[in-house]
Amino acid sequence: MPDTNVSPDTSAMPQSWPAGISRVPFWLYQDPEILRAEQRKIFEGPAWHFLCLEVEIENTGDYRTTAVGDMPVIVVRGENGAIHAFENRCAHRGALIAFANRGTVKDFTCVYHAWRYDLKGNLCSVAFQRGVAGKGGMPEDFRVEDHGPRKLRAETIGGLVFGTVDPAAPSLEDYLTPPIAAKIRRVFNRKLEVIGRFTQTLPNNWKLYAENIRDTYHASLLHLFFTTFRITRFNQAGGVTISEDGAHHASATIGRMEASDDVYKQQNIRSDDDEFRLNDPSFLDAVAEFGDDIQLQNVALFPATMLQQLHNSIAVRQTVPRGTDSMDLNWTFVGFADDTPDMRRRRLRQGNLAGPAGFVSMEDGCIGGFVQRGVAAASGENGVVEMGGRDATSMATRATEASVRGFWKAYRGLMGI
Amino acid sequence: MSAELLFRLSALNTAYAAAIDSDRLEVWPDFFVEDCLYKVTTAANHADGLAAGVIYADSRGMLMDRIAALRKANIYEPQAYRHLIGMPSILGHDAAGIHCETPFFVARIMRDGATTLFATGRYLDCLRDDGALRFVERIVVCDSSRFDTLLAIPL
Repeated sequence: MPDTNVSPDTSAMPQSWPAGISRVPFWLYQDPEILRAEQRKIFEGPAWHFLCLEVEIENTGDYRTTAVGDMPVIVVRGENGAIHAFENRCAHRGALIAFANRGTVKDFTCVYHAWRYDLKGNLCSVAFQRGVAGKGGMPEDFRVEDHGPRKLRAETIGGLVFGTVDPAAPSLEDYLTPPIAAKIRRVFNRKLEVIGRFTQTLPNNWKLYAENIRDTYHASLLHLFFTTFRITRFNQAGGVTISEDGAHHASATIGRMEASDDVYKQQNIRSDDDEFRLNDPSFLDAVAEFGDDIQLQNVALFPATMLQQLHNSIAVRQTVPRGTDSMDLNWTFVGFADDTPDMRRRRLRQGNLAGPAGFVSMEDGCIGGFVQRGVAAASGENGVVEMGGRDATSMATRATEASVRGFWKAYRGLMGI
Repeated sequence: MSAELLFRLSALNTAYAAAIDSDRLEVWPDFFVEDCLYKVTTAANHADGLAAGVIYADSRGMLMDRIAALRKANIYEPQAYRHLIGMPSILGHDAAGIHCETPFFVARIMRDGATTLFATGRYLDCLRDDGALRFVERIVVCDSSRFDTLLAIPL
């Protein structure tokens, strides 16, 4: 929703970056060269990306199409429960092998020239390989096994299917690190059920959303809804867990208060409005279903996967870059297969907190665009990320930008800049 | 009878659109019965039987809270809608009420004047007629699964 289409002059991007992780140069959100490098080094690099839920591909031949950055990907259930993922690109002329969101197949046949692939993504046959009546056909030395789309390695955790393009990537578990994997398993601990899917198009660079989700500093400042209804405030207990390499982040907000509400009054902050009360507060009646008193947990996995537990509203978010100043945010809202009708209704009602119309996430939909527009002429300037220090380690507070710095630590490492 | 009902339904939709488009959002919950369901979802979710909505309000209190949050809590750029609501198809009557389906277009006008077709779809309605027609259910089924930036004002 910009005033005008923001097309900064990218012919002379500064390409410089102060040392460390407490400054973020704005050209990173604008430079098309950087976007291309991110595709090669991050999305096709040694990182893992959410592809789909296991329950979305329950039976042999069930598939879904998704994306790893720019790369279209098919993820499919093979024989004996195996999960395969491969680039959704015919080895012949490059057409999409599957163009539906999902389906169930015995094998995949490209519509263009009927090249056929098995569920592992291996090319099995080429139409008219021997020609017609002895004429035409592929050369004698053509071998189907020499051709095929790039394959991804697929692994799962908690019913979530991840893939990596880089054969040199560590295992998913090693990539996530044990403390972060434990945060995922805390919520994703039994059979899931999809309750809704939505796509939100955001007018900003994908990294601005990656930062936003890790930015625990803004939560009760930008989002008045949170603060007023005591869903999360800095004076509630909680903190951030950051993986050693900075890549992954988990924030937690715990029910009890640690300090008096006066800390907000002292700051004279807009988000503290004691007059605001809900007509139907019952929609925030939450049930502690994970054996602890964590009301809110946000897990952000480098680079583009986010897992939300907002009371009893659970969702997976996937970001897909669509140019330097646009991205898709794919929401998959889930419940558990064993939900009672009451719990399911609770998840539907608390779904109002998140998503494109979320009482909380609504602001996150537009704030990245405000930054994208704000920095339009500032490619040589830097953002300041110093709340809570200049490093990226776990902290027992959310009044910090440590996890944002963690993102940039991992980013600089993979990008080599 | 049917012609009169069609006229009343159309008049209701016209009033509904005018309330939203002229920023009289505080009267919007009055179009619903107390024990209502208002949901904004997508054609894909609806076809798959997936129950979640981007907005899911199953009481009039939740509709009032939605408006109160927009007025007092949520941050978004000034914007307005223009609804074009088509002719209702009356699908039938049962104990729950009158069932009908009505197509809509909604344009969104941003503060800088940019006007875009923001949503198209259909209302799947169930209405109670106790002298005045009010929505027991209004399921807003958007044709697209994609929402641009955010959905602040109700559809």
